[in-house]
Amino acid sequence: MADSTGKQTSLEAKSPFELRVNLGNDVPETDVRTALAQGDMGFMHSFTTGSAVDGPGVRVVGWTSGCMWRCQYCHNPDTWTMRNGIPVSAPQAIQELSKYRHGLKTMSGGVTISGGEPLMQRRFTIKVLTGAKAMGIHTAIETNGFLGAELSDADLDNIDLVLLGLKAWGERHRALTGRDNAPTLELARRLAARRLPVWVRFVLVPGLTDDADEIAQIADFAAGLGNVERVDVLPFHQMGRFKWQALGIRYPLEHAEPPSNEAVERACGMFRARGLLTH
Amino acid sequence: MAAISAPERPAAPDRSPWRGFRSGIWQKEIDVRDFIQQNYTPYEGEASFLQPATARTRGIWDKLQALFVEERRKGILDVSQIPASITAYAPGYIDREKEIIVGLQTDAPLKRGIMPNGGFRLVVNALKAYKYEPDPKVVEIFTKYRKTHNDAVFDAYPADVRLCRSSHILTGLPDAYGRGRIIGDYRRVALYGVARLIKAKEEEHGALDAQPSSDAIIRDREELSEQIRALRELLEMAKSYGFDLSQPAASGREAVQWLYFGYLAGVKEQNGAAMSLGRTSTFLDIYLERDIAAGVLSEEQAQEIIDDFVIKLRIVRFLRTPEYDELFAGDPTWVTESIGGMGEDGRTLVTKTSFRFLQTLYNLGPAPEPNLTIWYSPRLPDAFRRFTAKVAIDTSSIQFESDETMRRAWGDDGAIACCVSPMMLGKQMQFFGARANVAKCLLYAINGGRDELSGKQIAPAFPPVQGDILDFDDVLDRFERMMDWLAGVYVSAMNVIHYMHDKYAYERLEMALHDYAPLRTMAFGMAGLSVVADSLSAIKYARVRVVRDATGLVTDYQIEGDFPKFGNNDNRVDQLASWTVSTFMGKLRKYPTYRNALHTQSILTITSNVVYGKGTGNTPDGRRKGEPFAPGANPMHGRDSHGIHAAAASVAKIPYRDAQDGISLTVSLVPSGLGRADAERVTNLTSILDAYFGVTGYHMNVNVLNRETLLDAMDHPEKYPNLTIRVSGYAVNFVRLTREQQTDVINRTFHGA
Repeated sequence: MADSTGKQTSLEAKSPFELRVNLGNDVPETDVRTALAQGDMGFMHSFTTGSAVDGPGVRVVGWTSGCMWRCQYCHNPDTWTMRNGIPVSAPQAIQELSKYRHGLKTMSGGVTISGGEPLMQRRFTIKVLTGAKAMGIHTAIETNGFLGAELSDADLDNIDLVLLGLKAWGERHRALTGRDNAPTLELARRLAARRLPVWVRFVLVPGLTDDADEIAQIADFAAGLGNVERVDVLPFHQMGRFKWQALGIRYPLEHAEPPSNEAVERACGMFRARGLLTH
Repeated sequence: MAAISAPERPAAPDRSPWRGFRSGIWQKEIDVRDFIQQNYTPYEGEASFLQPATARTRGIWDKLQALFVEERRKGILDVSQIPASITAYAPGYIDREKEIIVGLQTDAPLKRGIMPNGGFRLVVNALKAYKYEPDPKVVEIFTKYRKTHNDAVFDAYPADVRLCRSSHILTGLPDAYGRGRIIGDYRRVALYGVARLIKAKEEEHGALDAQPSSDAIIRDREELSEQIRALRELLEMAKSYGFDLSQPAASGREAVQWLYFGYLAGVKEQNGAAMSLGRTSTFLDIYLERDIAAGVLSEEQAQEIIDDFVIKLRIVRFLRTPEYDELFAGDPTWVTESIGGMGEDGRTLVTKTSFRFLQTLYNLGPAPEPNLTIWYSPRLPDAFRRFTAKVAIDTSSIQFESDETMRRAWGDDGAIACCVSPMMLGKQMQFFGARANVAKCLLYAINGGRDELSGKQIAPAFPPVQGDILDFDDVLDRFERMMDWLAGVYVSAMNVIHYMHDKYAYERLEMALHDYAPLRTMAFGMAGLSVVADSLSAIKYARVRVVRDATGLVTDYQIEGDFPKFGNNDNRVDQLASWTVSTFMGKLRKYPTYRNALHTQSILTITSNVVYGKGTGNTPDGRRKGEPFAPGANPMHGRDSHGIHAAAASVAKIPYRDAQDGISLTVSLVPSGLGRADAERVTNLTSILDAYFGVTGYHMNVNVLNRETLLDAMDHPEKYPNLTIRVSGYAVNFVRLTREQQTDVINRTFHGA
């Protein structure tokens, strides 16, 4: 594709799991600002096909780069910085997606834009999803909800499903992510009012997010919304540890262990007890 | 209306073999397909009717376990040095009192026969490798009095074929062993009985009396006489087990027994590279369901018959050299059974017995053989599609091939021989031809026909590339010319091989179960497709600088810049892969074949991708000397970086019309990547299969496992005696792979990890 400098940049990735840094550094600052304002260009960490764990069916998933949160358990800290990603034009992303439109229908799948935080590049994200929807592809975003207020009602019309991270409750949320969760809850209520389907995603980390009272509060909130179709309890894993080390950032969960199967089942049980379909 | 009725009399139970069958052309002519179409009952229901293994079945299977352990320890359990034939051995049993289906290749389970007609050298090497002294009498016969296929081929090979063999640009040619990939229509034995089959062959022979005695007619007459002789020996062999096969089978159990005797006669005499079974489940279902409807067979008993049959298929053994096993991993026999598919009339060919065959993987545990192959279509019944996906997830033991593509090409009564080779049962056979190393061919093109490892001139000399940077058009032009040369040598080798195989190691029993003058294909193959595609892509889209040694031989490449790689659904490189396949096929078609066989080609390596890689120098895509190729039509390991949908889309672009012998894709999926709950995983794998086979996907081997499991199995093989994985076109017992092959499997892309 041609970015604003006219240089050819390939969408080619060696692996979606590899460390990505400084891939967008060549893009001039002014172009970045234009891109963010108009959404004609975005920065992507990578994309994959054949994902069966990022929304319903078998999907294409694109990960944008750039996030305002610093979650302690983040397994892709290289996506915090937007310009670590590859500059991609919206038409090219849509073009790439169009190759899969028939297969995605057969597989009851769609496209999920995840991150990073896709709402950091809201205009680009919405442009891609609008293009996808025009091709009849089911659309989803996975978001922490912090910038939810920036989404217009028209934007939401192009989103079929929101995978909403409810990461913690109360003070714990600030400690875990560095930010307050009020905007996230606000978005959740707004989606509920619009009856836009939501899948809640909750990462279970022993000693950090496994407090029964706190999980109960999250589950109560989710159950009260009425539009939560499903809850995914995601067991914490250490596949991202090498990235923290390579980036030279202090990793607070350096020695954390994944939760036991029993702990995961217990957490799932708390959501299920409130009538929520939970995996 | 007044009815005149005969006085009530208890009728004698009808024991005629065809009782209750709907009539059709099949009664007048040998036409198994018509019999199936008239009589089978499609099954669209769930798997819930299936029964577990009985204590009897488990008893037989347990008895064999001890022998398997002993066999693994020694390499082979035992060998008989009586040269094999259909009637060479006394009857053998695992447990005579308890077996439901009987018959062994020799007089004892897992005891291997020698089959010298294909090649005596191989027999001697294999015997010596396992510390057996060849019987001097047998040595005398096969060195002094009786010429073998292997001897004959080397009498007639031209010099260029020998050069290509020794430089490994053509390898795996069936010139020292049985060619295999011929499937007798064993169902005919059950449906018609052998007497009728002999009569039909005598008629075919008689019809040739009126023909002038040309080379071709003389050969046909002699072959038909051999076929008739083989059928008579089949009768004799079955008789030694106490069965009269002259008449048709009269029950479900007999149908399986008759059919198995037919197959057994084949594997008693032929050590073919692949000895496939055909498409038997729906045929057998007609008999089993007739007995069940008559109240003389229970579901448990029906499953028991199939379980016992499958046990027999699991213990087919051939005496082969350790080198052969190194090439193909373990002890493969490719007892491929084709299951499912749709009929021409739109009804599914899935029956309850299709389920029963798959159930053996639960009743007896996962295993590589028989090579259960699903003829997959998105139009198959939901419950069956989901069941096959579940079996794949649970056992990693089955493979999927496109029913739509194969039915369009070959009709709805075809079967797979070996891994991916389709053929009409009883109406088509193939001359198997292993494969050419196209990656090496590209290197020869760059080096003017010199081998990149030895420096020897193999192809006729023409000037090597000039300059330091490879020019795409220049390389492509040279590559085309080199493919033309290679195709010529390849066809020449194949013509010699199959001329001699027909003459010295003719598959008389298998061919007796074919129509007269079947369609013959000559099945060429290629290895290294993704290496070539990526190399051409690198030359076109990046800058590739050559590195020469002191003799001017290009031995390495330096790549500057990035380039699109096969397996990412990127047409820039995917077209180069398709071009390579179609161009090589076009070259092959230029050269006439023995018996006017139809030229076909497969993109399949089985596990030989490791050995091919070992024998190939550095390539312009950055692959290092000795590194394995990707298996079959797979993208190179780790270069398919956008998930299974993208990788499969690239492979699905390879045109079937130029690879009619099959295009193999092997995928490894991580269980947790397929979904969070069991039912979801089944749904998602079904979706992936629907999508691949709903477009032009041809074949998919599906592994569902974690890399960690495989790593653990490498270190603790004793913990994983039954760990089965799909390689390219068949399955193997993982712990029986060489360390190198294990590493190759582990290095492959695991989707969803």
